[in-house]
Amino acid sequence: MDKNPLSLQVNMEDFLPATDEEKAYMVQMRPSSTFFKDGCRRLFRNRVAFVSMIVIILITISSIILPMVWPYSYQTQLGVQPGHPVDPSFNNLAPMEYSTTEQAAMSRGESVFPHLFGTDDHGRDYFIRIVYGTRISLAVGFFASIIVLVVGMTLGSIAGFMGGRVDMIIMRIVDVIYSLPDMLMVILLASVMRETLGNALEGTVLQAIGSNIISLFIIFALLYWCSMARLIRGQILSLREQEYVLAAEATGAKAGWIIKKHLIPNCISVIIISTALQIPSAIFTESFLSFLGLGVNAPMPSLGSLASEALNGITSYPYRLVIPAIVISLIVLGLNLFGDGLRDAFDPKLNQ
Amino acid sequence: MDSKTLSYILKRIVMAVFTLWAVVTITFFVMHAVPGGPFTREKAISAEAQAALNAKYGLDKPLFEQYTTYLADAVQGNFGPSIKQRGRMVTDIILDGMKTSARIGIIALIIATVFGIIFGAIAALRRNTIFDRIIMVMTTAFVSMPSFIMGSLLLILFCTTLGWLPANGASKGGLILPVITLALYPMSYITRLTRSSMLDVLGQDYIRTAKAKGVSERNVIIHHALKNSLIPVITYFGPELAYIVTGSLVVEQIFAVPGIGRYFVNSITGRDYTLIMGTTIVLATLIVVMNLVSDIMYKIVDPRITLE
Repeated sequence: MDKNPLSLQVNMEDFLPATDEEKAYMVQMRPSSTFFKDGCRRLFRNRVAFVSMIVIILITISSIILPMVWPYSYQTQLGVQPGHPVDPSFNNLAPMEYSTTEQAAMSRGESVFPHLFGTDDHGRDYFIRIVYGTRISLAVGFFASIIVLVVGMTLGSIAGFMGGRVDMIIMRIVDVIYSLPDMLMVILLASVMRETLGNALEGTVLQAIGSNIISLFIIFALLYWCSMARLIRGQILSLREQEYVLAAEATGAKAGWIIKKHLIPNCISVIIISTALQIPSAIFTESFLSFLGLGVNAPMPSLGSLASEALNGITSYPYRLVIPAIVISLIVLGLNLFGDGLRDAFDPKLNQ
Repeated sequence: MDSKTLSYILKRIVMAVFTLWAVVTITFFVMHAVPGGPFTREKAISAEAQAALNAKYGLDKPLFEQYTTYLADAVQGNFGPSIKQRGRMVTDIILDGMKTSARIGIIALIIATVFGIIFGAIAALRRNTIFDRIIMVMTTAFVSMPSFIMGSLLLILFCTTLGWLPANGASKGGLILPVITLALYPMSYITRLTRSSMLDVLGQDYIRTAKAKGVSERNVIIHHALKNSLIPVITYFGPELAYIVTGSLVVEQIFAVPGIGRYFVNSITGRDYTLIMGTTIVLATLIVVMNLVSDIMYKIVDPRITLE
């Protein structure tokens, strides 16, 4: 049919159902990958990071579950039982050794759970003390990093958003804290705070955690937020100037939308990575303080305090030092390697 | 040296002085926050004796006056008498401990820097060979080991099991293990630093130019590559010293070395507040000054770097 070029009549052929050939053009060959999936794929392909992740997960899970099912507790002195004289044969057992009481029970046919790593000089099962110490060290590392994250994020974003004088003041404070010798300040604060806090915590919920751990958290909140605040301020300042933020503003996006859809997704990976890398450094600091006698309150064990206690009997019981040493090194090494892997996988900008 | 560099140096010096002031101030007020003051732990003493003690140590004066007195004294290097060690001045105790500690620290610093650079250069030049792999695995392990664990393991290995070296730092040859313990971490760090910066430098155009001109492999490495790849190592001098200072606290405890670190730890457990304050300030000054020096050196050595 001849068509008048000026005719307004619609071309019916444009409205025919699509053929299979045309449909195939629209079919997705494979599902589109999100940033998160992409990162996970890169992470799992990194063998070192993957193995360290498995190790860390195994250590974490066993440190949570084992104390629940283990027949011994970290603070029970096995030789001390109400109504009985103290049985010193429970003290300083070698790995897999049994006390005289237990041997007697075994000869009667009762089953006695073995002391995998023996017992310490107070007759406490050493294996469960290691497990519990691991739990404490991990928890301290984790919560200290969260505290650093919260304080750093708050102050960093205030500095970044407000700018001007507020920004200048916060950044000067950061400069000063940054140039303070951190370990010396930590020791100083820890040695004083355990005196001051002990009475203040009396009778509160926090007493159960112990004044030394609380003072460790306070120290982290006071001294270690600087690099996090700097990082977040820098992110905010650079992201604010990006063209896509301008484009979103130009098309009428509200501030909340821009923060949710543009700012957070673009800096979340950097923040998570530096928080993850903060955990081993917190564990390091805690074990260092425990070693100087400023760590967790007795009888609660941490890996650092176990190692420091073992130093007294190092000639007779070297394994008591070697075991916590290996566990600390495994955790710190694993977290560091995993953190590096996370950074490689989720921060493509750093790879260039 | 242009005026820009000079003003940078001046700014850094002002900043360092301000930091030191902050350290002294924080130390002073933190110590005064201890409930009851320094004498509460002693066995019960009469009110007159307490007043006399307070008068003797100037604790009866208003806080601000005590602060200004302490600040003025600290600038002159006078930290008053030790509270727990009768009749000894804090400054004397510190100087006494410094002799041993400085010897260990300086030797460790030299060993860490020299061997770190050598291993790092080897790892970079023999990249992806078995040498490189071994060096990287070892340094990764050393970097993740807290100094007290490193020290204790060395103690078990060389003193208890093998019996080659004495465990007591005061005896002959007893300083070998403390030095090694202190040097391992910074050495590993410098190795990794040198390796990565060396790899970076080896890919630069001027290295290719030098090779194309026919300069021998050895001269390229020594005159062109090594010099430039050492710049990041200079920035690490400050943190390196800080590590050795804090590491010595632990190491001297493990090997029973009569040094400043041991006095410091003992003063914490013994609550000898004037000694804690004095030692903190002396060690902090050391670290801040070293940071300042390494920052200024960094700026002078590499004029391309624009700081701030």
